[in-house]
Amino acid sequence: MKASIENILRKYQHDSTRLMDILLDIQDELGYIPEAYVPHIAELLGLSDADVEQTLSFYHFFSTRPTGKYRIYLNNSVVAYMMGRSEVAAAFEEALGIKFGQVTPDGRVGLFETSCIGMNDQEPAAIINNVIFPCLTPFRVREIVRDIKENKPVEEMINYQYGEGQNASEMVRSMVSNNIRKVGPVLDPHYKVGEALKKVISMSPEEVIEEIKKSNIRGRGGAGFPTGLKWEFCRKAHGEKKYIFCNADEGEPGTFKDRVILTELPRLLLEGMIIAGYAVGATEGILYVRYEYRYLKKYLEEILENARKKNYLGKSILGKEGFDFDIRIQFGAGAYVCGEESALIESAEGKRGEPRDRPPFPVEKGYLGMPTVVNNVETFCSVVKIILNGGEWYKSFGTEQSTGTKLLSISGDCRYPGVYEVAWGFSVNDILDMVGASKNQVQAVQVGGPSGSLIEPDEFNRILGYEDLSTGGSLIIFGHHRDLIREVVLNFTNFFIDESCGSCSTCRIVPVLLRNKIEKILNARGVEKDLDEMLEWAKLLKASRCGLGQTAGNPVVTSIKNFRHLYERMIQKNKEYDAGFDLQAAIRDGAEATGRIPIV
Amino acid sequence: MAEIVRVYIDGKECLAQNGEYLLQAARENGIYIPTLCHYEGVKPKGSCRICTCKVNGRLMTACTTPIAEGMVVENNTAEINEMRKAIIELFFVEGNHFCPTCEKSGDCELQALAYKYQITAPRYPFLFPTKRVVAEYSRIIIDHNRCVLCKRCVRAIKDAEGRSFFAYRRRGQHIEVILDKRMSEQMDYEKALEAEKVCPVGAIMARRIAFTTPVGHRKYDKKPIGSDVEKIK
Repeated sequence: MKASIENILRKYQHDSTRLMDILLDIQDELGYIPEAYVPHIAELLGLSDADVEQTLSFYHFFSTRPTGKYRIYLNNSVVAYMMGRSEVAAAFEEALGIKFGQVTPDGRVGLFETSCIGMNDQEPAAIINNVIFPCLTPFRVREIVRDIKENKPVEEMINYQYGEGQNASEMVRSMVSNNIRKVGPVLDPHYKVGEALKKVISMSPEEVIEEIKKSNIRGRGGAGFPTGLKWEFCRKAHGEKKYIFCNADEGEPGTFKDRVILTELPRLLLEGMIIAGYAVGATEGILYVRYEYRYLKKYLEEILENARKKNYLGKSILGKEGFDFDIRIQFGAGAYVCGEESALIESAEGKRGEPRDRPPFPVEKGYLGMPTVVNNVETFCSVVKIILNGGEWYKSFGTEQSTGTKLLSISGDCRYPGVYEVAWGFSVNDILDMVGASKNQVQAVQVGGPSGSLIEPDEFNRILGYEDLSTGGSLIIFGHHRDLIREVVLNFTNFFIDESCGSCSTCRIVPVLLRNKIEKILNARGVEKDLDEMLEWAKLLKASRCGLGQTAGNPVVTSIKNFRHLYERMIQKNKEYDAGFDLQAAIRDGAEATGRIPIV
Repeated sequence: MAEIVRVYIDGKECLAQNGEYLLQAARENGIYIPTLCHYEGVKPKGSCRICTCKVNGRLMTACTTPIAEGMVVENNTAEINEMRKAIIELFFVEGNHFCPTCEKSGDCELQALAYKYQITAPRYPFLFPTKRVVAEYSRIIIDHNRCVLCKRCVRAIKDAEGRSFFAYRRRGQHIEVILDKRMSEQMDYEKALEAEKVCPVGAIMARRIAFTTPVGHRKYDKKPIGSDVEKIK
């Protein structure tokens, strides 16, 4: 045991800031991280045992208990349920003879739940030992379990064929489909790799930033901060070293566009990061990829290696004296909050993914205390096209306040779920037409994932853009047959409860209170006052540190605002107060222990 | 000499050193901003959110926000006070706080804040979580029922090499404070008392000593929390 830990630690030069990688390597090797390893890891890294434990226990793909030779993680996102997840889950439980959260008695198979894995266009989907199994049905589940019982390697458990494009390539070999439905200037694959970079090194860094500023592009992760300005701040900040981070931790349920870019256009993304490095004066880039996309690890590493061979990365890039830049990949280990830029940085430093207080902003003090730019995958890709065609060209797409295009991840009740690149300014109505969802069958659209808004048909003429419906790109469509409160609002609220880092009081507690209220209403114990209280309590979340906490009440707030009638239908009229207290349930344990049935 | 800047707290002009945290600047000007996770001399974390003010119209925690020239701060307003009261009530429903049997009663900052904000009963339903009382360490007892997850112990109690004795485990509603088992064996009596003192509530109690100050003579028995700042007679 000690020898293998020492090998892994040597690989990372006993650097405690690489704790995530160290734990990931151990987990990959053994399927779990035995508690007995913790003191060894701690000692060799100069940390305390508790330091190691606090990182280890934060991420839900790390486990200190054996999780089986086959580790099945079934997605529990709302769209998974809409596409038949309950039947699939039951099939797994029946075929394996265990419940979720358990490992088979022979220790071979573990069955677990996980939050949205970025496959909303091909649900229900599961991850088994880093291999994605999309489009599951109970029949397919029985096939998989049969293969598992026959000890078949996961890589060979292919149903029919690999997905299209690079999914079928030697280094990926995945059953995932891209589902690219509409290509625009960013997704357009007809460009010459490296050309933008060549152009950039003939410009001064200031000129590059100026061009980006001219395009008016704003961050594509959702927050919408002007990219050129961010780069300028970082360029002007003082630090011995500067870093470029790419946020590929897309965890917002319903988002999967970065998966498609990482698969089909990884070179475009890397080129954008290298250009940012040049503009900002950074020497190192870190591509932070969510754990769920670990099936792309070998592929992405190979592409980095090829880029080094071509001198797109390394020393004196393309002969430009003094332009040194390299990129490493950092995988996460299951935490939505790490999509928040400062939590992402904390995680890359080997710590818990807790957002930092701001100021200072990452552009002043980011990774290892140095000036750091964090941009979304899509932002970096757009940058390359801006450099190739100019900021003015980019502005010809979109609206005045929202220039350019946006990649949308569209899923739910529509004929063609997938990735669509559209110019900003598209209305929700246009989008429904585009994806094959007939308007008279659509009850609601979730714009921007759970942290966005649930909007009703009267609002479908609203447009996507920073001036109206701002979004990171997740759109989920719900038909009239969906129970919005039970299926959607409750699911999203539980998601926020599971994914809160727990640092702020408000985000740790309020969503739990809201969830209890929703359940009270669903149990027919709700009264009118409950709705007003939910709105009132949700306001407290605005005092949370990060965007996750601040938006954790949005499913409740936007659904009450736009679909109050659905709640009204379920609450008791003529009753002002109901504690929602179930006496029978409260005394059940006591009654069982004493063997007496009380008369109440 | 650091630059002096002007900030306006509830309309009152205050002078303080540029870059100082708002909380400190306010206190130096006799203005009390309530806190729970803040501990003098320890890097702020902004986790309890009680010191939240409106800074230039945005909600910001005073303990983590450096002041800047011309900053306009809303602190003692109906809106902010109501929000603070609501946050304090959150702590009461999240844990199991039974003041009459708690040794920290009278020295407890959460209790003192509840009095300050005149809380009689929380507006939220109690969550009544099942929490552990951990007595496996030689020097201290951790009662998770009372813990408010302020991270003060994690940030303040360190060994000679700067390693923390305490840490967080898990996340979200399942988060809890742990004491490093091996380091706990090196923990001496002084360190245990220091940890007890750092804890704003009665979650960390040093073993083998209790009730040294009788009820009625404790810190907040005589004067409400914040009165040292506000200089109430």
